[in-house]
Amino acid sequence: MNLRTLKAALALVGVAVLTGCATPPPPYDYTAFRQAKPATILVMPPVNQSPDVKASNSVWAQTAIPLAESGYYVVPVTVVAETFRENGMVNPEEAAQASPEKLRSFFGADAALYLAVKQYGTSYKVIGSDSRVTVEGKLVDLRTGQQLWDGSATASTAEQQQSSGGGLVGLLVKALVTQILESSTNASHPMAALANQRLLAAGRHAGMLFGPRSPLYGKDFQQGQR
Amino acid sequence: MQIRALAPLALAAALVGCATPPQPLYQWGNFTGFTYDSLRGEGKSPAEQIDLMIAHSQKVTQAGQKVPPGFHAHLALLYLKVGRNEAAQAHFEAERREFPESAGYIDSLIKAATKPATKASS
Repeated sequence: MNLRTLKAALALVGVAVLTGCATPPPPYDYTAFRQAKPATILVMPPVNQSPDVKASNSVWAQTAIPLAESGYYVVPVTVVAETFRENGMVNPEEAAQASPEKLRSFFGADAALYLAVKQYGTSYKVIGSDSRVTVEGKLVDLRTGQQLWDGSATASTAEQQQSSGGGLVGLLVKALVTQILESSTNASHPMAALANQRLLAAGRHAGMLFGPRSPLYGKDFQQGQR
Repeated sequence: MQIRALAPLALAAALVGCATPPQPLYQWGNFTGFTYDSLRGEGKSPAEQIDLMIAHSQKVTQAGQKVPPGFHAHLALLYLKVGRNEAAQAHFEAERREFPESAGYIDSLIKAATKPATKASS
């Protein structure tokens, strides 16, 4: 590709990105994240702040897809659970007390992702029901203890009844929601997958950056970054 | 003509800008479901998971694709649970080979797996 073509391509890319995402929200500061360049992520057992006891495992089990597909090595979740258990840390609150140094010596990870499940469950209303999951996340560098990123995301079955207006992505999300709803008995479980996707998949506004195993690593050009 | 060549690029950019890359890096199979089953101690047993995961792994390897991070490590954990420590070690090694950045943790797991009498400590 020659220089002129490349320039034209970049302009097109800009247009595509802008039209794809509507109004640009304020930028997110990625300075620390970019400097830290984490490659391996330890997902800590999510702290459950909802009334449903299934919430923590449901969210935890579904974190690997968005993170690994974004280019990170995700420290194997079930093996991590085993290690915490063997070392007497049987619940998420206890695990969260471990220092960054200790976590790094146990798991060898560059960064830890701390998660809190703020909402998980179904509320029944006059017109239908709403299964809603909200997850908050914080990425901390285990070498320095410094926070690299934080975010929050919600997914809800009620989205289906509303016109999403999100263009192509909106349609895809809608199709995904319908599909997973049909194959699940716990409607909140697929909503946790969707909330995780929104929170942890790189390339979203104010979202995670791509990791070293992604072909898009270091080429993040989503709006709102600096 | 140039516009034509650029159309897929623009589409890719639009997708990347708002969602995930269109091509998955890994073939997940039902790994997420097995992870959930193991965490909550319900659903598919370790023996059932082993059979299904081995079948998936063979299919993926034959297609020249990759299983995700943690896949072999989870298999290793399942093998430990059914008392097959050598198979467990082989899959821990597969995890380390596929993802060398896992070496620190995986090495400590191999050490623990090859000394089943002593409890893991660090």
